Amino acid sequence: MIELEPNIDTALLPILEQVADPEIPVLSVLDLGVIREAWQEGNTVHIKLTPTYSGCPAMDVISDDLKIAFQKENKEVVVTLVLSPAWSTDWISEAGKRKMEVYGIAAPLEADADKEALLNNKKLVKCTNCGSKNTRLVSQFGSTACKALFKCQDCQEPFDYFKCLK
Amino acid sequence: MKNQNLYNYILGIADNSLILGQRLGELCGHGPNLETDIALTNISLDLLGQTRSYYQYAASVAGDDRTEDDIAFLRLERAYKNVLLVEQPNDHFGFIMGRQFLFDMYHAMLMEALQNSPDETLAAIAKKGIKEVSYHLRFSSDWVKRLGDGTQESHEKMQEAIDGLWKFTDELFHTTEADLAMIEAEVGVDVRTFRDSYYKKVGEVLTEATLIIPESKYFQKGGKEGIHSEHMGYLLSDLQYMQRTYPNMKW
Repeated sequence: MIELEPNIDTALLPILEQVADPEIPVLSVLDLGVIREAWQEGNTVHIKLTPTYSGCPAMDVISDDLKIAFQKENKEVVVTLVLSPAWSTDWISEAGKRKMEVYGIAAPLEADADKEALLNNKKLVKCTNCGSKNTRLVSQFGSTACKALFKCQDCQEPFDYFKCLK
Repeated sequence: MKNQNLYNYILGIADNSLILGQRLGELCGHGPNLETDIALTNISLDLLGQTRSYYQYAASVAGDDRTEDDIAFLRLERAYKNVLLVEQPNDHFGFIMGRQFLFDMYHAMLMEALQNSPDETLAAIAKKGIKEVSYHLRFSSDWVKRLGDGTQESHEKMQEAIDGLWKFTDELFHTTEADLAMIEAEVGVDVRTFRDSYYKKVGEVLTEATLIIPESKYFQKGGKEGIHSEHMGYLLSDLQYMQRTYPNMKW
């Protein structure tokens, strides 16, 4: 369920598409759903950006990357950080989830399934390497706050799982 | 300042996150294993992220030229309003998880209530924070149970940690002048209303962890009024080192 459709001027999409998440470079900021609003006023582009997690260090990098991307088009960028409504993994696009899986990060499950998986009660997270669900939680916190660490018990591959956040 | 009470109220919440975030940050590279090490610093990062949002808001409430960095790094010890619980120095892992659990339970309940505040900024920070804090609580509850219901040694250490930390729990429900003013204004959360429910929920986890719920009625407080334990000065000298040594430095 998307609570709020982002309000983005379609003319800006081609440039926004080129700005990637610094932690998961296969995802654009649009795939990730962190751009909530974007519009132009004269030569200035206004962007409302929402953080995935409060302490996400990627936010500063994304702001800088947005400025650089639009500078190439001789446009000024004003980025405002908005906290409400709070970001949810539901805002990651379907295409984004597929790209994430190919990149080696299991996409978020629904909230109930996510809880079971993170308590290691049920085997629900699919290995991104071999597709087996015979996987085990190694740590509820992975390489970044938004991910948990899993290991496949069939192919033995360790991999990240993007935690459900709603 | 026009709204001194709101300013102090925000700091009363934010300082807990800053100081616990700092304590957890000290563990970077010192966790008992790699996964736990990463978890502790991830939790630290969440807390520091929340702190930034609060301090940015506090700086705008102050309305002068102070910034979030000034609030974080340039106050004197007495001006920090965190509870004594979060400043207690890191000890063994069971102790760290005990401290975390006793705070997380409170923090989750506070965020739950604060998200209904008519103050839009506080409500937005709380709505975002609650999602993160519920992961923290799950992690720390899980460890309290694993260690409490683990080996004889882990059980003893976990019990000793809870016994030692218990005296700091009552302060979580102490209300300062700013708290009372904000409760009166219906902006702040009256933490006293969930005190019983806090002890009940904490008790349930401790029981599941085969631990004994401490009965001691001796409680220590002071932090929320700026009167800290002897550990606070050392913590601040670490925390403030860069800003004090290189004034106005930026990343």
